[in-house]
Amino acid sequence: MEKKWEEMTPEERQEVLIQRWLSPKDPQGEDLKFKTPEAEAEYKARVQRLVDAIQLKKTPDRVPVLPLPNMFPVYYYGITVQEAMYDYEKCFAAFKKFVLDFQPDATMGCMGPGPGKFYDIVDYKVYRWPGHGVGPNQCYQAVEDEYMKADEYDALITDPTYYFLTVYFPRAFGSLKGLSLLSPPTYVLEFYPTFSAVHFIPFALPPVQEALKVMAEAGAEVLKWIQGVVGWNLEIMASGFPLLAGGGCKAPFDTVGDTLRGTKGIIIDMYRQPEKVLKAVEALVPIMIKMGAEAAKQNGIPLVFMPLHKGADGFMSDQQFKTFYWPTLKKVILGLIDEGCIPFLVAEGGFNSRLEVIKDLPKGKVVWMFDQTEMAQAKKILGDSACIAGNVPTDLLAVGTPEQVKEYVKKLIDTCADGGGFILTNGAFFDEAKPENVKAMVEFAKEYGVYR
Amino acid sequence: MMDLVEAIADLKEEEALKIVKDRLNGGEDPLKILEEARKGLEIVGNRFATGEYFIPDLIYSGEIMKQITEMVKPLISQTTEAKKLGKIVIGTVAGDIHDIGKNIVVFMLEVNGFEVYDLGVDVPPERFVEKVKETQAPILGLSGFLTLAFDSMKRTIEALKEAGLRDKVKVMIGGGQVTDEVRKYTGADAYGKDAMAAVSLAKAWVGAS
Repeated sequence: MEKKWEEMTPEERQEVLIQRWLSPKDPQGEDLKFKTPEAEAEYKARVQRLVDAIQLKKTPDRVPVLPLPNMFPVYYYGITVQEAMYDYEKCFAAFKKFVLDFQPDATMGCMGPGPGKFYDIVDYKVYRWPGHGVGPNQCYQAVEDEYMKADEYDALITDPTYYFLTVYFPRAFGSLKGLSLLSPPTYVLEFYPTFSAVHFIPFALPPVQEALKVMAEAGAEVLKWIQGVVGWNLEIMASGFPLLAGGGCKAPFDTVGDTLRGTKGIIIDMYRQPEKVLKAVEALVPIMIKMGAEAAKQNGIPLVFMPLHKGADGFMSDQQFKTFYWPTLKKVILGLIDEGCIPFLVAEGGFNSRLEVIKDLPKGKVVWMFDQTEMAQAKKILGDSACIAGNVPTDLLAVGTPEQVKEYVKKLIDTCADGGGFILTNGAFFDEAKPENVKAMVEFAKEYGVYR
Repeated sequence: MMDLVEAIADLKEEEALKIVKDRLNGGEDPLKILEEARKGLEIVGNRFATGEYFIPDLIYSGEIMKQITEMVKPLISQTTEAKKLGKIVIGTVAGDIHDIGKNIVVFMLEVNGFEVYDLGVDVPPERFVEKVKETQAPILGLSGFLTLAFDSMKRTIEALKEAGLRDKVKVMIGGGQVTDEVRKYTGADAYGKDAMAAVSLAKAWVGAS
């Protein structure tokens, strides 16, 4: 009798997700039909290579190689970012060409540019994107602001969902201002009838109806886009290339800092109202765990993508990192591991001053992708307990030469590959890069990274 | 009563603001208070340079200083020109809207006695050239975070050349992904890893270090 998820150990759950990753299904629930037997063998070999590197139980056949671009495939294909955002077929073609030409061991997929029309429909305030504040060939950029005000911590802590729906959404989406009129669903109790009924009144008000209409239209546009994405995923997998991540979430401090208060806002909060910041990040822990774990389980891929921002070297002191950033990030990591997931922690910027702190995690359960962290130090401090990935610099890919790239890759593999537990990647997700440099990175790493 | 310089250097916001309020009420010269505040900020900058303080400390000290300036400015009857070390034009280059790092650099340069013309973000090459021409600033600072900034920096420096200004201006660049490789690519004179590097470079270039 097959064990129920609730009864499984974390290791058993991880094994279930790994098996599903190795043997993907199509939307009908049937085993995915690969294009050729070779494609199927390559697919399974790639997944196994990553699993071996991550679990630290044995060395893989060679160092896994993951070129992880941001907008590079768009430029490489010869279209603009605007075209990629508004003409989904062109976007899919660009990212398909990238995978087929560079042959990575896994791909982050084709969702990077996103459904441009969706942002139009909701009048998104959080980004500037081509046609809306930046030129047609530039990546979207985040507009940091205090979408949450300094005196709103209690509201966020007490009822995060109601806060997001009725305060954050109206500020982040210009077309959703009516949501601020909604009553808390938690007031709809079995009570004298009027107490439950009256909370439905807002739905009759024109601003709310307008917002609901916008959300329906927005949802339909994203549904259209995601159907194309799913089709792309199936074709790419059938061609032999695994998807890298099943889901994603953030460190609670970044959820507040990136999304709600902005960098300046949350920094000042650390000094003026530290207890509120601590309460807020604690409240977000179970929400972040669920966000990552549910998606991983739904998609049958254990890796959960977590881009880390505000805890980088220089952006806070050691004391602030240990007080405000790390404890709740660690709780989310452990919660995800408990659900059989493998956190893929992308430490953007430098984490040199954080290595001693972050090594305090169970062995073979996470991947740390490093950007400006010194890799020899990372290997020395984390090599026994975690899989590390990195860190060909973006400036080298953009303005360097293939020889310089190869030299860097050689040094990386010499320094980090010993004993396994290493994945070769670029440091940050690149936009501009010379194709010959990306090619040099991938091909030389595959050649030089064989374990003998 | 705590020393104002110390209060600011130690980032004691409430104490610092109380000291300023009490001393202004006591009829003290607002310029003297501003000067002491600036000394406090210099200590903050030095502690950042030695690795004792980090970006949050700089930003917080900026917030404290902003409030002190708001209290003091209305009481200053005439603008006294403190001797400035030199003029600097600075901005985030075309296509890029990141500005936190740039703002810290502007703040540190001003604290250290430079007259800074901050052009904001997404600044096209022509606007940089125009401002350099207008102010005759000997130093230009270009900030950028994304890889697209590399080309914008290159084009800005080329625009300086075309306007016949390249040999009259020293150019420094900075930003999350900027390295010496990028400096060479763009044609800049120097790059800095952080705000204190910008201050050192600027001081060296005006012969004031």
